[in-house]
Amino acid sequence: MNRKRRRLWVLLLCAIGLGSATALTLTAFQDNLVFFRSPSDIARDAPKPDRAFRLGGLVEGGSVTRESTPDGRPEARFRVTDGATAVPVTYGGVLPDLFREGQGVVTLGKLGPDGVFRASEVLARHDESYMPPEVADALKRSGHWNPNQGAAPPAATWNTLESAPARPRT
Amino acid sequence: MENAETRQGPRPQPPAAPAAAPRGGALHRFANPGRFLRLSGRVQPWLIGAAVLTLGIGLPWGLFLSPPDYQQGDTVRIMYVHVPMAWLAMGGYTGLAVTAILSLIWRHPLADLAARELSPVGAAATAMCLATGSLWGKPMWGTWWVWDARLTSVLVLFFLWLGHAALVRAFDDAERGARMGAILALVGAVNVPIVKFSVDWWNTLHQPASVTRLNAPGLHVDILYPLLVCALGFTLAFMALVLARTRAAVMERRIRTLQIAAARRAEEPGNAPLDARLAGDLA
Repeated sequence: MNRKRRRLWVLLLCAIGLGSATALTLTAFQDNLVFFRSPSDIARDAPKPDRAFRLGGLVEGGSVTRESTPDGRPEARFRVTDGATAVPVTYGGVLPDLFREGQGVVTLGKLGPDGVFRASEVLARHDESYMPPEVADALKRSGHWNPNQGAAPPAATWNTLESAPARPRT
Repeated sequence: MENAETRQGPRPQPPAAPAAAPRGGALHRFANPGRFLRLSGRVQPWLIGAAVLTLGIGLPWGLFLSPPDYQQGDTVRIMYVHVPMAWLAMGGYTGLAVTAILSLIWRHPLADLAARELSPVGAAATAMCLATGSLWGKPMWGTWWVWDARLTSVLVLFFLWLGHAALVRAFDDAERGARMGAILALVGAVNVPIVKFSVDWWNTLHQPASVTRLNAPGLHVDILYPLLVCALGFTLAFMALVLARTRAAVMERRIRTLQIAAARRAEEPGNAPLDARLAGDLA
């Protein structure tokens, strides 16, 4: 019994040591573990020009325009916001299916001297809400949710909503 | 006759494993391989039946009958495989850490066997999680893979599973391999909370948890219920697989013990003819 107790304590001490070492390491590398930076981060501490980084946030409602460059290539312009600040973005490639106003996006590119972020890659980011189309329609019709403005309302208000009759409910 | 072989007490042959003393309390009640085989043999058909039944309900429900998602359409159905596999990858690894504790502190003989048989199944579940996630990421996010904290930590989890499976088999001395594997399992367990909370601690492309969050689940019940049934079904199937593998390992070891014992007896003069043939299998 004594040997078992001793092994238990040794293991426990090792676990505490390993756990705190991992926690300290992760805290130290906090900045490098972040996949993207928000517009507020950029406003606070702008990265050097010509340094590629990822910018993430929501596509601001009403900000998307699709134009053509002088040489005839399509170019999308939109603003990425985190509520407090917004950064204008231009992108010349194919946008993902989920891309729309109010949707989360992560863009890779460089910040120009004019403050416009030139993206070379745009990834869509979706939130953790999953619902049938009928329920989403009902929420939109009843005015509870405008997808262009961002995330769905608190899940408790809709996750047991009946989806079969496509009627607005309040 | 079979049970007499594994019963504790004075016996002529060396035991199959460093079998623990029978007076170990509840923990060691299942350390006896004979009792484990009898009990698990009774449980196994029910486990398999329950897994087949639950998956038989959950998979058609999720893959065909449940509604599509408002923005992801039918692609959301990948979730009914992806999420259970992700939970099994993490839950299974937690189970591996428990077997490691049982092995290192209490020297539980079945824990080593269970750990050895658990890791290939856990690695397969993690591989399924990564593959389905990649198939989901391409149409929805626009990329097969990114190095964000969630995806990277799950990849590390996959390598930990593979590493454990390889390590415990890399030693000629099985007990030494089991000891090394147990240490790796415990060190790797630090990654499990990192996988779970990576989406909360850091900005990731992967979305945060939908089911296991403090406020209401972010899934409509028409999507949530089939997901939970699928998760239960895959968990039962996972358990049935690991149990079957562990039973096979116990029986394999018992055969080896019998063969070694037969070989020993064959060396003694007087009873050579019959046992010599058995011993021939070992050569």
